[in-house]
This record gives sequence, structure tokens and C-alpha cells, in this order.
Amino acid sequence: MTDTDLKKTPLYAAHAAAGAKFVGFAGYDMPIQYPLGVLKEHLHCRAEAGLFDVSHMGQAELHGPDDETTSAFLESLVPADIVNLGAGKQRYTQLLTEDGGIIDDLMVSKLPEGEGKPGQVNIVVNASRKDIDYARIEANLPDSITLTKREDLALIALQGPAAEAVLAELAPEVADMAFMQVAVVTIDGTPMTVSRSGYTGEDGYEISVPADKAEALWNRFAASDRVEPVGLGARDSLRLEAGLCLYGNDITTTTTPIEAGLIWSIQKRRREEGGFPGAGIIQREIATGALKKRVGLVPEGKAPIRAGVVLFDSEEATKAVGHVTSGSPGPNYGAPVAMGYVITPLAAKATVLYAEVRGRRVPVTVTPMPFVPANFKR
Amino acid sequence: MTRKFTEDHEWIDIADGVATVGITDYAQEQMGDVVFVELPEAGTEVKKGDAIAVVESVKVASDVYAPLTGEITEVNSGLGDAPELVNNEPESGAWFFKIKLADTGETDALLDEAAYKALLD
Repeated sequence: MTDTDLKKTPLYAAHAAAGAKFVGFAGYDMPIQYPLGVLKEHLHCRAEAGLFDVSHMGQAELHGPDDETTSAFLESLVPADIVNLGAGKQRYTQLLTEDGGIIDDLMVSKLPEGEGKPGQVNIVVNASRKDIDYARIEANLPDSITLTKREDLALIALQGPAAEAVLAELAPEVADMAFMQVAVVTIDGTPMTVSRSGYTGEDGYEISVPADKAEALWNRFAASDRVEPVGLGARDSLRLEAGLCLYGNDITTTTTPIEAGLIWSIQKRRREEGGFPGAGIIQREIATGALKKRVGLVPEGKAPIRAGVVLFDSEEATKAVGHVTSGSPGPNYGAPVAMGYVITPLAAKATVLYAEVRGRRVPVTVTPMPFVPANFKR
Repeated sequence: MTRKFTEDHEWIDIADGVATVGITDYAQEQMGDVVFVELPEAGTEVKKGDAIAVVESVKVASDVYAPLTGEITEVNSGLGDAPELVNNEPESGAWFFKIKLADTGETDALLDEAAYKALLD
């Protein structure tokens, strides 16, 4: 089965050569797993290092007359403090609807002093949402700011405890980077932007590299004994164990950042001042609490509970109290893990709920996330 | 004994009116790493086409259907502790259940190996 409408990333040939199985994802033909298989790819990433092609994600730049103007514009669309985001730093935030729903989650970064152009702010958005995101941004752009889509860039993530050692062999300065720091390094004569961040709960880097240099860089990493390529299958179980949201599953236009437990990503000044879409609703939720909350869930037994499974507060209850939005095996946790939304009175840890799976009610326990401790470089 | 197959990617060995059923190598390859298998209870009466077992891989839950009508006489309880056997020995050690057939005439509708292989091409 081939879908000729699917786009390919610059690393498609490298995946095929490595024996990947492909799946259509957000319009791209992406590796879902390599011959190692999802479980072993997952475990290897937490033990050594995993190599991910995330070139399908949308990389773009906002260019304005100065940092303040560009940052203030972006703050009109997202609830994070961008004005005070320093040079060489990255921050996680969300594009919001007027009701405070999440259009997409994204990374916002500023290059170190002396790199890029004055008034430049970079963003990385989800592949499945880039058209919607870009349209949203463009519809609001003032005359002084432009949006440049960087389809000429690939994005490679190197994640896991060995990521630092592997990347530092090619660019020694990355060892000194802090979590969420951004740098420009030169590898094999090519300048590229590196951030110390990722989507696995592990230490690691995301490397934005010109598309025509991506395969050479990928092969440099893949040549390391400590590195295994990791497909979308293990990417999903890794991020779920780390308690990280998948757009479309765990956060959507019908969930707010407060319901999703993302209040940490809204800095104090923005909570107080507002000035972002849906600020009234979000400020009210901060003050008085949201009606539903995203929680971690661990089912009894070995069977995973999947997205869409409905939750009840007893074995007999007929009225749903929530639903599962993501679920998978938790290879490092040692049991299946899931996340979902429940009504706030039932969101306290250790609350026992019942998931309806194939006509049976399976007990699930509300469990704090992350399911495995984060291993970030501080 | 001749191995038969279904369009749902199950294999069936029939001997003395009892069918031993598992999923094919192709099926396990498509599913990826198997993490959980839910089996029926011995003694259960099953009808051809009933969903009677579930295989959970890392990504999906897949039903396993009764390929023939009869009574479950035995299940492979080893799959509970070692679901990965479905990946490692799909067409031998990882049999799922045995059915004492109610109507041996039903077996005529099963695929032979050549027909099953043709289905995969």
C-alpha cells in the first residue's frame, strides 16, 4: 500500500535504507518503526540515545523591526511571556482560540546574540496543524512583521542520556548548554540551530539543519554504537510516559491550557495582564478552577487502555466522568499508561475510576505524571 | 494434517475434530510488538465469526475471531506471561485456543496455504 499524496521528509531514503516501516502521519510518509521494533526503540532511547526525524514539523520565523515588536505580536496569540524570553532561549506555549481552546502547541525561540536578524523569533509547530497555525498568524500580522516558512530545513532530534556525548563529538560546545537553551553550531562546515529540548522526557537536542545536509548529519549520528533510530511508535510511548501532550489527542480546540495542566507554561506577568486570546476564560479558570482536568491514568492488569475509552466513577455508573485521550504500554514504567480528562472532583491522585474496555469495567488509578522521572539537563 | 487459513489472518490446524488456532506471521508482522493477549475461557461455546480473543500490540488492539463453530477446550495460558511469543513463534508456540468443532463441514470454507498467500500479494 502506498499513498502517493503523502509528502516525504529529506530523510525518507535514510529511513527506507534502515528498513523502516512507514505510516501516513499528518500528510507525511513517516517511519513508524525500524527493525528493532517499538518496544526496544523505546527502551534504547531511555538507556542510550534515540534518533528521530521530526522534519515534518513546521519551522518558521517571524521577522519584525525589533525584538520587542515581534515578541509583543506573538504575545497577542499565545499566553507565554515572549517579551522577556532572552536571546538563546526557548519556551513552550500554545496558540489559542478566542475561547481559550488550544489551536496548537509550539516551541518559541530566540537565537543567541549576534545570530539571525534583529527582531527575529523562531517557532516550531505540529505538522498536522501548520497550515492552520500559519493562516492564524498571517491573518493577524501587522504590516511591520512577516512570517517566513522554512520548508528548506529538516529537524532531527537526538534524545537520551548518551545524546550529549554523541552530539558533543561533533560540536563540543553543546555539552555546556542548559535545558531549553538555543545555540548555533557548525558541524562538517554547516551552521545549524540546536536547542536542548525534546519530546521524550530525556535530556537531548533538536537540531535544525538545511534539508540538503540532513541525511549526512543523520548518518553521522546513526553510525554511533550508542544511537538507534526511533520511529513514531516509540516516540508516542516515550512522550506519554513523560506526561507530554499530543496535539489532537490530549489537547484540542476544546481544551484550555488550564484544563490540560499547562499553567506552568503561562508566566506570572501574562496570568495577571492577560492580553492573549481567551484570557478572560483562562484567568477565571486560574482563579476558580477548571471543570475538567488532564490526569495520568494507570489501568489494572496488562492491557493498555486506548484513546476514546470512557471513564466511570463506579462499576455500575451509567454517567461518564471522563475519557482517555492517549494510552499505550509504558515500557519503562512497567505497566500500561494513559492520560485523559476527568471532572475536577475526581482528578485527585489515587482516585480509582473504571474504564469501559470491550464491555468490561477495568479499574484505573489517577496517577501523577510524568510516569517516569524526567532526565533533563538543568 | 493440513494447515488452513482465514482472510482474518488466522491459521488453523485440524486433528480429530479439534481446531488449533493462532494468528499468522503476516498478522504479527503488521501489528508490531505484542504486549497483551486476552483469551476466551475453556468451555465457552463460540460461533464462527465471533470476536473471542484480543491481541494488543504497542499501537493497536486487534480482535481474533472464532474461525469455526464449537466449544473452546483449551487456551494457551502461556501467552499471558509471554505475549511476545506471538511475535517470536506466531505459527507454532503462540497458538491461541483449541475449538472442538460442532460442524466439521464448516472447514470447507477455509483457505488453503496457496489461497492465503495469494491474498497477501
